[in-house]
Amino acid sequence: MQNITSAAGSGWLGMRTRWDKPSVGLYVLLALAAIVVPICNLLIPENSALHISTYTVTLLGKYLCYALLALAVDVIWGYCGILSLGHGAFFALGGYAMGMYLMRQIGDRGMYANPLLPDFMVFLNWSELPWYWHGVNHFAFAMLLVFVVPGLLAYVFGSLAFRSRVTGVYLSIITQALTYALMLAFFRNAFGFGGNNGLTDFKDILGFNLQHDGTRIVLYLLSIAALVGGYALSRKIVTSKFGRVVIAIRDAESRARFMGYRVDHYKVWLFVFSALLAAVAGALYVPQVGIINPGEFSPLNSIEIVIWVAIGGRGTLYGAVIGALLVNYAKTWFTAAFPEVWLFALGALFVLVTLFLPKGIAGLLATKKQALTFLSGKKNDSQENESKKIAGENS
Amino acid sequence: MSFSKRLCVGVLLLFSVCLSSADDSEFSQKLAALTTTKLSEMSAAVEDVANTGKEQALPYLDALLNNQLYFRKSDSKLFRIDTSKDPAIMTEVAVDKKLEGADTSDFKKIIISNSVRTKLREVMARLQLASSDTKLRARAAREMLGAVTESDKPILEEALSKEKNDEVIALLKAAIALPQLDSGTAAQRLAALDNLEGNVEPAVRNRLNQLLEKNADGTFIETDVAVRSRASVVMGTIESKLQRYRLLETIFFGISLGSVLLLAAIGLAITFGVMGVINMAHGELIMLGAYTTYVIQQWLPNQLELSLLLAVPAAFVVAGLVGIAIERGVIRWLYGRALETLLATFGISLVLQQAVRTIFSPLNRQVATPDWMSGSWQINSVFSLTLNRLYIVVFSLIVFALLSLLLKKTSLGLYVRAVSQNRAMAKAMGVRSDWVDALTFGLGSGIAGMAGVALSQLTNVGPNMGQAYIIDSFMVVVFGGVGNLWGTLVGSLALGVANKFLEPASGAVLAKIFVLIFIILFIQKRPRGLFPQKGRSAES
Repeated sequence: MQNITSAAGSGWLGMRTRWDKPSVGLYVLLALAAIVVPICNLLIPENSALHISTYTVTLLGKYLCYALLALAVDVIWGYCGILSLGHGAFFALGGYAMGMYLMRQIGDRGMYANPLLPDFMVFLNWSELPWYWHGVNHFAFAMLLVFVVPGLLAYVFGSLAFRSRVTGVYLSIITQALTYALMLAFFRNAFGFGGNNGLTDFKDILGFNLQHDGTRIVLYLLSIAALVGGYALSRKIVTSKFGRVVIAIRDAESRARFMGYRVDHYKVWLFVFSALLAAVAGALYVPQVGIINPGEFSPLNSIEIVIWVAIGGRGTLYGAVIGALLVNYAKTWFTAAFPEVWLFALGALFVLVTLFLPKGIAGLLATKKQALTFLSGKKNDSQENESKKIAGENS
Repeated sequence: MSFSKRLCVGVLLLFSVCLSSADDSEFSQKLAALTTTKLSEMSAAVEDVANTGKEQALPYLDALLNNQLYFRKSDSKLFRIDTSKDPAIMTEVAVDKKLEGADTSDFKKIIISNSVRTKLREVMARLQLASSDTKLRARAAREMLGAVTESDKPILEEALSKEKNDEVIALLKAAIALPQLDSGTAAQRLAALDNLEGNVEPAVRNRLNQLLEKNADGTFIETDVAVRSRASVVMGTIESKLQRYRLLETIFFGISLGSVLLLAAIGLAITFGVMGVINMAHGELIMLGAYTTYVIQQWLPNQLELSLLLAVPAAFVVAGLVGIAIERGVIRWLYGRALETLLATFGISLVLQQAVRTIFSPLNRQVATPDWMSGSWQINSVFSLTLNRLYIVVFSLIVFALLSLLLKKTSLGLYVRAVSQNRAMAKAMGVRSDWVDALTFGLGSGIAGMAGVALSQLTNVGPNMGQAYIIDSFMVVVFGGVGNLWGTLVGSLALGVANKFLEPASGAVLAKIFVLIFIILFIQKRPRGLFPQKGRSAES
């Protein structure tokens, strides 16, 4: 019993306490980013070498949203073994809810200067606002939608799938079908979300100009706050009793069920939580990037998220954050420097990471640390080691 | 068109050789008259030519109608000259032989007026209706339907009295009946309607619709109640016939889509269904097959048929080898870790896509279709089957049959089934499971390549083509039931037909969305698909 609890509680790295080292490191890093970047952007003059351009701030903000998204995937994949290949759908839905609000804020400053209808509706010769666009001009209601729509979808989809015990590959494939179906739907003009072009040309948010440096910085800081909040909340959940049951489900679903746990309940709520994280990421992503279109629903995007997590190291939370930041930085760099090579590099990365680095960068860091402690002559905790092996084998 | 014309001319040539008699010289006399007649007497001259009753006259008249009939100034021989091309194409009509290197200034055009044109159409219709070629007769009758008048009646009735072919008889009857609807008495109109029953020609349907319409003031155009009710009954018979054809057409389109799905999914049914490997690069293997077709066509640009026939085995080999390489290089390290396999093969799919982009350019490539595959099989004026789709249905069924045979009857198939059912036991019995894995994966991949050859005939060949099929393929396999080829067959055809039946009501995209949602819900109910695997191995 002792053995199992420790296996469940430790994951791949000893993370029994809330203030474990990687988490502290991540918090410090994010705090630094929250202090240094705004100063470098706003206070240091543009010709200085230390100046950070608004473009870079936006880019960083984008990465942070991706990190939150990766976190969402890691919560279900790393801790519950649910590989969702459709998490981009929740991200995009959150983004669309935010986009609708921003769209209504344009008002009569659009190309067709219609005070009520967004440009694309005027273009499609619609005479009135569809019912589901009503109310989104209120920020609070739009934010409610950011949570309610993806949350509800996740709840309905999750209850259906988990109650009928669709697991593993089948679940992955139907999540992919879900996001694919949504993509097809959002591509349709008649669906009322701008079709192919999606929502764009945003002007301001809560009265603040989106192009303004200050607004960008605030959005950037909000992204950091969301990531920190999401991370803390996720850690709280995975280290709680609830989290231990979830890990038990990951490692031996039938056993957890036989012990009397309602496996489907745990899975559904974790899935909903994860979807909400993704939705918040999407809602923060849209005002910074300035566009949301159905491409965000494409199954390819969702698979990419999984790759960030895999590369960072799943089941660690901070690994997902590191993976998302690193891969996206590499993507930006590669697509600018060698656009041809990027897909080769990304593809090769997938293969190499799954073959040689099944625990990702986080796993690499951990083994290195372990090796160091071993070399420095400290007594190796054999029981800890043993339990890690169990967790690794079963996942 | 051109074929039947050529046939016609060929037949004519035979005739002219056999019967070089008196009326032959009369015919050439009448033809020669065309070169000298004044425009005002041209109609009579044309009538004279047609009155000889010779089918040989048709090419002359056709050329004349198209303003392409010329005569050589030196010897008054008649030529068809198409000046829209450069250099102009000159054909001596009597022998249907091209004349090379002649100058257009040596020729004089025979000029006609609109009244001559009308006359020409009439006499040509008469000659065509008397032709010995059934297709030509049917076409002539169909063409007449559109603009038939009372004055055509004698010609049509004469033709009808000699006609044996059912299709042409129906057309001729309709052609006789249509003008009667305009001018006949109520009794005659009623009688005419009888002859239109079940006739699906557009001209007939239009005319009947007119009968049932109202004037602007709300009164019916057709004043007689009996005629009107009869017309609506006849229209009813036509509509139900049309509906039957539409149903057949929808089923055909559905089967056609289903066969494409089958081709795309059947390779996956092997790799995913039998081996349990999620191969996200499956779509890219299809793409490789399509590109193989493209490359072979570049090598043999003038032999379309041969290149396509060669492409089938070549694509099998190329995609199969790539598949074996993937299996040996990556997948074999990941057995039992299904989700990781998914990620690794997705990486491979990205690499393959980018490789194709780098080698061939990101643009779509056009793969040519041989003549015998293009066009359609016209069953009647409202129902036709596209030939390339028909061939692909046949091709997919052949592939399916061969694959089932391979799995059921050969020793490789036996090993494959053994390993998929119980790896440890198969190993204990001496089956080299790693060797079987590689071959199975190669087989599945090779079939994906063959699917690529077929798909290259339907869609554009581009680096992204694989992605279009991967999700559908997975859906089919999961829907049909993993590890079951019959499930894949039934699943793909069912999904294809369902898709096509939904399409008219909801549009193509919504239909697809409905099918996806259906599958998502279906999997909740039956997580193991339509035909789940039975037995102990299914539990794992």
